[in-house]
Order: sequence, then structure tokens, then C-alpha cells
Amino acid sequence: MSRPLLDARIIVDRGAFRLDVPLRVAPGEVVALLGPNGAGKTTALRALAGLHPLSAGHVTLDGTDLDRPATGFWVPTERRSVGVVFQDYLLFPHLSALDNVAFGPRRHGIDRRAARATARDWLDRVGLADQAPRRPRQLSGGQAQRVALARALAVAPALLLLDEPLAALDARTRLDTRAELHRHLAAHPGATVLVTHDPLDALALADRLVIVEGGRVVQEGDGPSVTARPRTDYVARLVGLNLYRGRADGHEVRVAPDLTLAVADRLAGEAFVAFRPASVALHPARPEGSPRNTWAGTVVGVQRHGDNVRVQLDGPIGVAADVTPAAAAQLRLTPGQRVWVALKATETHAYPATG
Amino acid sequence: MSRALGTAVPRRRGRVPAALLIPAGFGLLFLVLPLTGLVLRAPWTTLPQRLTEPGALTALRLSVQTATLATVFCLLLGVPLAWLLARVEFPGRRLVRALVTVPLVLPPVVGGVALLLVFGRRGLLGGWLDATFGVTLPFTTAGVVLAESFVAMPFLVIAVEGALRAADHRYEEAAATLGAGRWTTFTHVTLPLVAPGLAAGAVLCWARALGEFGATITFAGNYPGRTQTMPLAVYLALETDLESAIVLSLVLLVVSVSILVALRDRWMTSA
Repeated sequence: MSRPLLDARIIVDRGAFRLDVPLRVAPGEVVALLGPNGAGKTTALRALAGLHPLSAGHVTLDGTDLDRPATGFWVPTERRSVGVVFQDYLLFPHLSALDNVAFGPRRHGIDRRAARATARDWLDRVGLADQAPRRPRQLSGGQAQRVALARALAVAPALLLLDEPLAALDARTRLDTRAELHRHLAAHPGATVLVTHDPLDALALADRLVIVEGGRVVQEGDGPSVTARPRTDYVARLVGLNLYRGRADGHEVRVAPDLTLAVADRLAGEAFVAFRPASVALHPARPEGSPRNTWAGTVVGVQRHGDNVRVQLDGPIGVAADVTPAAAAQLRLTPGQRVWVALKATETHAYPATG
Repeated sequence: MSRALGTAVPRRRGRVPAALLIPAGFGLLFLVLPLTGLVLRAPWTTLPQRLTEPGALTALRLSVQTATLATVFCLLLGVPLAWLLARVEFPGRRLVRALVTVPLVLPPVVGGVALLLVFGRRGLLGGWLDATFGVTLPFTTAGVVLAESFVAMPFLVIAVEGALRAADHRYEEAAATLGAGRWTTFTHVTLPLVAPGLAAGAVLCWARALGEFGATITFAGNYPGRTQTMPLAVYLALETDLESAIVLSLVLLVVSVSILVALRDRWMTSA
């Protein structure tokens, strides 16, 4: 990674809750803060924008401190080189789309005509040149999102911040807008931090994911590595994997006091084991003769899941299994029923829990 | 009488209870009847002459002028005050808000007396104003403006503060991220956002100033052409010439109703 453009350690205390997120973003890089609601993602974003003061730590942009409580150093929002796309856009309702985009350049001392020319150019880039005279309430959700993006980018910010940029859109608009947003983010020469609770948005838009839970970073990395090797239940759920932590010894990982899973990978010490729900097979009686992991479980829930049926099972470990509707019908799966759970070692993925 | 559960009832929300309907009707009548009386008793045939009588015109002109000046005065001081109350946390803010509303509940005559005690020739500030600048406020047109402002300002402050509180302050954050300082944000974002509330507040303030009687007559007296506004003229005419009083009252009624209509059409619906 080249020298980071944004170097921050965001520490914000809010009563008993402490947010502590180290964050370094290179020029041109897009980082997604991904996490459940209440994880502190939006607070982190507000701290970067200067809308919320840090309790400790620092925010340094392009070598200049913006906020460093230890030295009392603080640059107010309006003097930071940041652009923000708010979750509900916050386009000024009394200004046209053009004047909304021109607002930033005007505040940066550019005269009205030049600011409007810049704004027109940006509206053109997001494909909304014909919507320039419209008021925000006359725009569709997708158009408003693009105007908000143009407004944030029109001041050429060193740091672009996006708060749930696609959350307010319906499913169809979301797909189109996501693709277009990706194009603009990729073209942005500065650092970009986006906050989302949607793993698809994060994977589609970001070069790197930072997973935040309960105010802390629990995992970090590019899309494929995070999805292949989840480190918390939250991430595992996001990417649809069963995840267990245990002690590994060779090809075996003890994930529960009375259950040891045979795995394909060979390792030792604290380890994670992950496998897909579709890899789990269910049997009415103990399957014989194959090198499988088997254990007895109790059905606690049966739900439709895409083309399959997702079965939640209790036992030595709680596990989700995807079976075909035919198999589900044959097994007569109902809550409370006892079944045998089988899992091939080759379907598992085990990796160290440390490092 | 009680119906069994599940009994079908006509597809409407029952009758309005008579215990509510009858007092409501009387209430409406009570409010409308005096105004009707005013219209019925108006001397319609001599109306044009009476309206153009110099006394009436002078009083009307003075009323409009002073009410407008008072509104401007209230805007200049009241909007910043409302902003402070709505946007800045400071100790004693509740007390300040309570103080601002005092003139609303204070009898206007008391307000006039209080103004005299402060701005009168021998008042707390009046003596100093007189000695230093040679400015006397009581019994002048400026005094009328002052008295009207005193009673009308709370209407403006409360309306604007309400509008500011209702306006999403995150627009101001958005403005800050675009490089706008607090003053620019105030003039370019906050004020336009609260414009409907501001306009409604200003109109209410103007209407209150126009109808102001007690504080004005106490503090500014009743000099035709200088401090005699419409309400004062009405009161005076009542003693000598009932028809003249009716005509002047009618003018005030028309002005009030016009304000109401203007307020509805121009701001209330778009807000």
C-alpha cells in the first residue's frame, strides 16, 4: 500500500460505548466500514467529517492533523477537504439540483458562473444534465442519490465519505445505482470511506472491507479473503457460512466438548472451521461407512431459502443446513425431530484464529 | 344500549355526540356573531366619505407604518434570538425562553407602564437617552413602534424558534461539509429552510402590532397623526361618533381577514 492519504485512529466515547477504529486509506482506495446497526460506523464517519469530535486518537489527512485531542488540535468541518454523501442525501430543498451541486464550489470562493459551470459538468458526469433546474423533491431516489454524489465530489475532496449510500433506494434502482456508483468511486483520486450494513454493497464498491462490531474492528481485508475466512458470527452470517471456533490438532478441530470435526486443512492451535449450509447432509439414521463427520441433532426451524429449504439444527453445535425440498419432504422435517447430521471433511475450510 | 360484538354497523364512524356538537355550534356562533353585527351595522351608504376622512386615513397610515416598522425591528432582534434559543445550548436557556414569552401573557397596559418606567423621561434608560442623545421615546411615533414591538416580538420569536426546531439541522451539517461557515450556513441554508415559518411569524407579529392598544396608549399616548393608531382612533370615536368607530373597526377587520387569507394561500399550504 502506498503512503496512506487518510491515517486515523477514531476513538469516540459515548457513555459506556467506546468506538475504537484504526483506519488507513490510500489515495484512490475505497474502504468499506461494514457492520451491524449500532456498531458505531456512522459515528466513525461523522468523526472523520468533523461533525463529531474525537475523544482520543487522531484524524490525519494528507499529512495534516484534522483532529487530535491530545494536542487540542481541531479543524472544523467547513475547513476540511471532505465530501459527504449522507444516507438520506440532505439535498437543500430550496435549491435546484444545479445550485445544490454549485453550493460547495461557491463556498470555496469560486464565482457564481464558474461554480455553475463546474456543477453542470458534474451533473453531466452523473448523467443528470437534463435535471439541473429540478428541485430535489422532483427527483427520483436514484437521481437524488446521484445529485448528492455530484455535490460531494464537486469540491474535489481529498476524502470522500458515504453513509449507507444505497440504503434508501428500492431494489431495482439499487442495482443500477450501485454499478454507477462503483464507476465514480473508482475514478475518485482521493480516499473513500463508505459505511454500510449490506455486504453486497461493500463487496461491490470497496477495495477493502473493515468489519466493525460493537465499536471494534473484528476483521479486515479484501472481499475474497473476508468472505472465505470469516472470523465472527456476524461476518459468517453475512456471507452465509456456518462458523465455529475450536482447537485444532492436525486434521481435527475440537469445536465442542463432545464434537471433533475432521477437516481437510492441517493446522494446530486456535482455529476457525467454516462450511456452507449446502454441504451439510441430513439423514434419518446414522450413516454408515463413509469418512464423514456425523452427529445427532434436533430440528429447531425449517424455512424456505431460495430454491432450497434451510433447516436450523441444535446439538453439540448449532448448524444451518440447506436441503432440497424433496429431501425435506422425505425426511418429514418438523421442529423437535431428531436427525443425523453429516459433513464431509473436504467440504470444510479450517484456518488459524490468530493472525 | 350495547351491540353484540360483531354486529354490522353502517360504514361510517357513528354520529357526532350532541354533547359536543351543540357547544361547538354555540362556540362558533359566539365568535362569528359580533363580526356579523359589525358588518350589519356598518353605514354602507356613507362608507366612502367616512373612509376618506382625513382622521381615518391618517390613523390607518400611521398604523400600517408603525406596525411595519415594529415588524422589521422584531425581525432584526427576534430572529437571532430565536436562533440562539433553538440552536445553542447555554445555561439558563429555559429561563430565557420563559422571559421571551412573558409579554404574551402580560396585560399590555402593564407592558406600557413597564416601558414608561424604563424609557420614560425619568426612566432607567430614558433619562440617559435624553441627556446623551436628546432622544425621547414616550409619546412619540418611535414610542408607538417600541410599544408594538414589545407585545408583538414573542409571536415572532416563538414562530421562528418553532420553525428552526422543526427544520432538520443536518442540512446545516451538510452545508458545513461543503465548506460553509456558520454565518453563511445561516443565511444560505437555515433562513431559506425556515422561510415559511419566518413569514408566518412576521405576519402574526405585524397583525399583533397593528391591533396593539394598551401598551401604545399607556406609553405613547393618543395624539392624532403622531401616536393615534387605528385601535386608538376606534376607541376615541366610540365616545363621539359610533358610525365612525364602526367604519374604522370594519377596516381593521378587513385587514385581519386579508392577512389570514394571504397567510393561508401563500405560506400555510406550501409549507
